[in-house]
Amino acid sequence: MSTLTIERPTATKAHDGSTSRLWGLMAEFKTPAAIFEAAGRVRDAGYRHWDCHVPFPVHGLDKQMGVKRTIIPVIVFFAGLTGCSVGFLLQAFTNGTGAEWSFWAIVWVTGYPFLISGKPLLSIPAFVPVMFELTILLSALTTAGVMLLFNGLPRWNHPLLAKKRFLRASDDRFFIVIEARDSRFIRSKTEDFLKSLGATHVEAVED
Amino acid sequence: MTTASSAIGRQDPGFIEVDNTIDPISGRAPLVLGCRDFHDVTHGVCRVNEAPKAPLAWWVAFSIALSFVGLLGVCVLYLIVTGVGVWGLNNPVMWAFDITNFVWWVGIGHAGTLISAILFLFRQKWRTGINRFAEAMTIFAVICAGLFPGIHVGRVWFAYWLFPIPNQMDMWPQFRSPLLWDVFAVSTYFTVSLVFWYIGLIPDLATMRDRAVGKVKQFAYGFFALGWRGSMRHWHRYEVAYLLLAALATPLVLSVHSVVSFDFAVSQLPGWHTTIFPPYFVAGAIFSGFAMVVTLAVPARELFGLKNLITLRHLDNMNKIILVTGCIVGYAYSMEFFIAWYSGALYEKFAFLNRAFGQYWWAYFIMVGSNVITPQLFWFKAIRTSIPLMFALSIVVNIGMWFERFVIIVSSLANDFLPSSWDAFFPTWVDIGTMLGAIGLFATLFLLFCRYLPMIAIAEVKAVMPQADPHAHH
Repeated sequence: MSTLTIERPTATKAHDGSTSRLWGLMAEFKTPAAIFEAAGRVRDAGYRHWDCHVPFPVHGLDKQMGVKRTIIPVIVFFAGLTGCSVGFLLQAFTNGTGAEWSFWAIVWVTGYPFLISGKPLLSIPAFVPVMFELTILLSALTTAGVMLLFNGLPRWNHPLLAKKRFLRASDDRFFIVIEARDSRFIRSKTEDFLKSLGATHVEAVED
Repeated sequence: MTTASSAIGRQDPGFIEVDNTIDPISGRAPLVLGCRDFHDVTHGVCRVNEAPKAPLAWWVAFSIALSFVGLLGVCVLYLIVTGVGVWGLNNPVMWAFDITNFVWWVGIGHAGTLISAILFLFRQKWRTGINRFAEAMTIFAVICAGLFPGIHVGRVWFAYWLFPIPNQMDMWPQFRSPLLWDVFAVSTYFTVSLVFWYIGLIPDLATMRDRAVGKVKQFAYGFFALGWRGSMRHWHRYEVAYLLLAALATPLVLSVHSVVSFDFAVSQLPGWHTTIFPPYFVAGAIFSGFAMVVTLAVPARELFGLKNLITLRHLDNMNKIILVTGCIVGYAYSMEFFIAWYSGALYEKFAFLNRAFGQYWWAYFIMVGSNVITPQLFWFKAIRTSIPLMFALSIVVNIGMWFERFVIIVSSLANDFLPSSWDAFFPTWVDIGTMLGAIGLFATLFLLFCRYLPMIAIAEVKAVMPQADPHAHH
């Protein structure tokens, strides 16, 4: 192990003379079939800090990479429950009680109970539409927010975004990227490994 | 290959004349024509936005649309400084063009959500060609819809009373009223549609960013792309989130027009107090919305050369949906009449006879003619696949659905229980100006969208191409 670590991330000279650290290696593939095949072998080789960058979700590639199913739906379920409860409490409090309530003793609010259209103060059927809408609203906002949060977005300064070749990752090219921080990453060996997967081009990505 | 050379170095594949409305015996007809690879799709969509100059037709349409926005501004300003009396409203007709336009616009929005959410859940792959601009249509239609209840309240500066905001009067909205349900339904609908649309746009904005030449475009597209880099780990969460949003938007879209119909159905007025309203309104909404999608898609695909992606098959499918929903609407019209007779209620019977043969008989016949009778022409495939005919029929449906809302609202209000309180409604120039102005606002927003954002979901279209299958052997 000690002999191998010599080749772990080292400073390299960039074109403008500044030193930059190796961030990872980027391998280009031309078809979904090629990257699908290659991704299975990267997974089997035991890499952990690696990813595929593709212009559209290649069907089954996440499974092939061994990505675990996300827990977003569970979080969204609780967000929906919260929205539903908030909807009920809001209406029951404002239209059904004369209670006072303060938000951190800054804003004081008082309920305004009144009878209308012969309905009781706690007229649950009439409260359903607002409860429903708030359930959907909070669930949808949570879905989008949590998805971006878990993906670490927005992030505008990623090392990959500086690579000219990587521009085609949003067009018609498929990339496997293995990060230098992976414990199995050895620059020369990983580069050879990526080439052996049928990559048409392998390139270093600097931090 | 750099962005500049990829934009210039490739020849456009050109429109391929293939009839993809018939499936071959061996499987499904292609959804994308004339695109040899993924790059053809990217280029085919992005070149519309990347063209240094917009087509002349775009400028003509944009200046006309913008002048109508000016008209809208004048009408709304005049209304605000004077009062709702500038409209032709009277007692008893206190809702007329304002609420007609509101219901019409909300209804138009529904097709966008149906295409993006419901067809997604049903795994209808043809939706990918049309979902992006149908969703954009939804958002712009809901903006136009939201305008009308906002300005019809009279004292516009108190419009915030619609929302449960703590205030010095210790007053709250009346949560047992369908009008308040509407506030929540429409604002939730707008928010969720916007989120759904934006989430769908992120990967395509990244494509635009990666192809952009010039600092301003790179910054603008880059900023809104949020640094998306197509990571498969991201795509995994993205796809789950997209599925969840579709599953949330589906009951939402059905609820929105149901709640809009409660504005009428929960009241006691003959002609409004009808249990069939929620499904009837939802079907009508989808009907008018699809007509609007066809109205927009036909010129857009001609003008921007998107015929390979929005194919005849897409239009054919939409016309079939127009036919189905038109029949549902026709069923609802006849069922209303049947129940009016079957209920034995005097006022109910009168309201419906008056609707068809009273002072607004002409509006009723425009409505039935354009919503029930002319859409029957879509039984013929030759008409479903004829561009000029489908365009004309879609306009007829748009007009018919506007009149449906007008008939329901105005004819019921004008002749209610007491003959002594009857009156008739006639629009003023402000009514008509506001209506045309809202159409201008919609057109302006839509034209800006066509110019600056990818009109077709690039990543989604790529995913339904045969080349996208990772198990393909070639």
